[in-house]
Amino acid sequence: MEAAAAMDHHDQHESTGIDHRKLGMWVFLSSEFLFFGALITNYLLYQGQPGFTRPYPAEIYDIPFTSFSSFALLMSSLTMVLAHNALARHDQHATRTWLLATAMLGSVFLGGQVFEFTEFVTVGGMKLTTNPAASAFFLLTGFHGFHVLLGVLMLLTLYGISRRQGELSEASGLNLELVGLYWHFVDIIWIVIFTVVYLLASVPAGIG
Amino acid sequence: MTATAERRPATTIFRRPRSTTGFWGWITTADHKKIGIMYGYAAFIFFLVGGLEALLLRIQLSAADSTFLTAAEYNAAFTMHGTTMVFLFVMPISAAFINYLLPLMIGARDVAFPRMNALSWWIFLFAGIFLYSVLVFSDPAAPAGVEGVSGNLDPSDNTILGGMPDGGWFGYQPNAGPFYSPGTAMDYWALGVQFLGLASLISSVNFIVTIFNMRALGMRLLRMPVFVWMSLVVALLLLFSLPIIAIALFMVTFDRQFGSLFFVAEAGGDPVLWQHLFWLFGHPEVYILILPAMGIVSEVLPVFSKKPLFGYAAVVFAGAAIAFLGFGVWAHHMFSSGISPVAQAAFGLSTMTIAVPTGVKIFNWMGTMWGGRLKLTTPMLFAIGFVAMFVIGGLSGVTHAVVPSDWQQTDTYYIVAHFHYVLFGGAVFGIFSGLYYWFPKITGRLLNDKLGKVNFWTMFAGFNLTFAPMHWLGLQGMVRRTAYYPPEAGFDFWNLVATVGAFIIAAGVLIFMFNWWRSKKHGEPSGVDPWDARTVEWTTPNPTPEYNFGVAPTVTSLDDFWHKKYAEDSEGRPVRRPEAEETIDDLMETGVNPPHPIHLPAPSYYPILLAAGIPLVGWGIIYHTSFVGKLLILIGVLVIASAAFGWSMEPLEEPHDEHDDSEPSGDGYSSAEVDS
Repeated sequence: MEAAAAMDHHDQHESTGIDHRKLGMWVFLSSEFLFFGALITNYLLYQGQPGFTRPYPAEIYDIPFTSFSSFALLMSSLTMVLAHNALARHDQHATRTWLLATAMLGSVFLGGQVFEFTEFVTVGGMKLTTNPAASAFFLLTGFHGFHVLLGVLMLLTLYGISRRQGELSEASGLNLELVGLYWHFVDIIWIVIFTVVYLLASVPAGIG
Repeated sequence: MTATAERRPATTIFRRPRSTTGFWGWITTADHKKIGIMYGYAAFIFFLVGGLEALLLRIQLSAADSTFLTAAEYNAAFTMHGTTMVFLFVMPISAAFINYLLPLMIGARDVAFPRMNALSWWIFLFAGIFLYSVLVFSDPAAPAGVEGVSGNLDPSDNTILGGMPDGGWFGYQPNAGPFYSPGTAMDYWALGVQFLGLASLISSVNFIVTIFNMRALGMRLLRMPVFVWMSLVVALLLLFSLPIIAIALFMVTFDRQFGSLFFVAEAGGDPVLWQHLFWLFGHPEVYILILPAMGIVSEVLPVFSKKPLFGYAAVVFAGAAIAFLGFGVWAHHMFSSGISPVAQAAFGLSTMTIAVPTGVKIFNWMGTMWGGRLKLTTPMLFAIGFVAMFVIGGLSGVTHAVVPSDWQQTDTYYIVAHFHYVLFGGAVFGIFSGLYYWFPKITGRLLNDKLGKVNFWTMFAGFNLTFAPMHWLGLQGMVRRTAYYPPEAGFDFWNLVATVGAFIIAAGVLIFMFNWWRSKKHGEPSGVDPWDARTVEWTTPNPTPEYNFGVAPTVTSLDDFWHKKYAEDSEGRPVRRPEAEETIDDLMETGVNPPHPIHLPAPSYYPILLAAGIPLVGWGIIYHTSFVGKLLILIGVLVIASAAFGWSMEPLEEPHDEHDDSEPSGDGYSSAEVDS
């Protein structure tokens, strides 16, 4: 019967040696790069155009504040790696701790974004409907925030599974490594957004 | 055969469905073959809907100044004809072929993610229904989210047909924006296409992982059938082009529903950006539509020419080259939009370049037939029809690369003639070839060949009568997307011919449906290997057993099945091996009575449940200012979230005591045991 079982698994081997789900996540993320690529291009196209109703996004950025929330998101990648590392050592308790820390840091970032959007609308006077550059800004950062939100939900689900079942196994459908890949991707995209959209932002000549 | 498995209680919303037959068997299935069949039937129904819309258009154009349709109805009919044929017929029927055949052709038992596969299918179906629900919910009033829009309300919009989306399948801005298309119709279009894109994106990830990871032992990349290669190329095209149209469609939805200003020129928005984003998706989309048909033809021609495909590697690399170049030619759709002369020259050149790999394929197909012992069965006729018609469409396509010539052709019937020669004479003929060729694989019976030939010649004649005259109508200056032409223009005669041709095509389709319906029950039993085929999918019994292969195949060469049956004599001619019949008998014996227990993907309720939440959110967004709209969004999100939760808790691998091992297969298989 052992021989039969071995035979039977022949058709389930992975030709590349990479787990299906991990390969699937990489393939999906390659598509996501174009998703954010289109959003960032869209913003860059509109940010420098003269003649819009003011304010332009670059006029009202609060760089120190956004740097703080960006730092929180960057650190969350570190805690994610620590969670992964803890799981590799079969230290379920530490895994849970670092998962929760990652979700918390992600939530800090999300809270920062909610605060930032509120400030922009109420104090800065820039809404989705103010000008095309503002529309592009909100669409881009909004979709990124949505991705972070999904990531936080997945992290909390992992935490819940771990609490309930006492352990996380790599064989379960939603596994830590997959969420980790996704989380790092969302983080990397933010590094690009923060650099290109915030730090290198420009306004048309004659404004500011 | 009975399937039994141990169940264990787990954190779930639903217990795992047990039934693999009957109504619930289809609803909860994760079997790639059943999903493929459902894709096929749904796509064909949408083909009939899109065909009816085409007939309405042709009746309207059969005479000058016809009043059969109002202008608004005409706009709606051509918009939905295009949208339906592209997104609801050719793409899903390609998905049907890929679903059914891909695992069989690479020697696998299913795709990498069977439940995700079911999810793609249900999202596609619900998105199609969502798109056509506009017929019921159509509302000529302005989108609720945008204030101060008066628009150009046309009273004739307020008919059932006229209430459908009317901004073209290309949805050009600002025409499809909130001001010029004030009703909710274009919102249904933007969200419907968005959801269809989501279904295709999930499929493409699934197919790519399946091809890279689930090939049978010995099935190296360059031993894969060309159809599998073309599926891979299509999946990659989808993967990289869909996110772009997703963003563009989100921008439209935000403009229309939430008052953003992306394409509002008065506020500084750029309508030409829409054209760039749309065609950056839209041109790869053209290859997404044609490459599966090219794959089908590359399988059919060698079988009925009794020769291997001429230049296999060249065909594969040409397909990949077409895909790569396909991302660099999009602006040839925009030569008359005012882009710079440098851009026009560059995109003209890149467009000419893409004719090279296409030509390579044509010569390879001709080389395959050259000197072969041709057997003119129905699938072969459709395949040859494909090659011939595609050459005409390809040649008229190259004329668009010449910019000054393109300025003359833009928005005329010459363009309509061109893309119907590649998409109907090309893609649709290829699809029909595949339907005739693989029908025995699905049913164990043959489609009637005599009726099939009548079917082919009717469609071939009708097709050329319909679309050939459009070349000269276009060159005479007849503009497309316009409901009327004046009597003095002299367009009457050829338009009438085209209309007659369209009805002949319709007759051909009816013959096909009759043939399918009759052959399913009363067709001649195909037996084993009815076409003397070359590829691995024919090494299993017809119809395909639930588990595909009794024993996982091992592949030693390209066209593996052929080489099991034939050797070559000293002059390179095929000679049937004396042991061929015995080999086939052995394969069929293990196919009917698998020697070992087999894992099959377990059915699940979650894919259909998750997919059902998506149109709810769609309706909710369109009516988001009302209480009902907000409620729909809430319900939709709850349905999606709970289905996702239940899904992630559903164990991938049910425990099985017969040959329990700790090896996680990690691919969504559970243990159903086959009782031999």
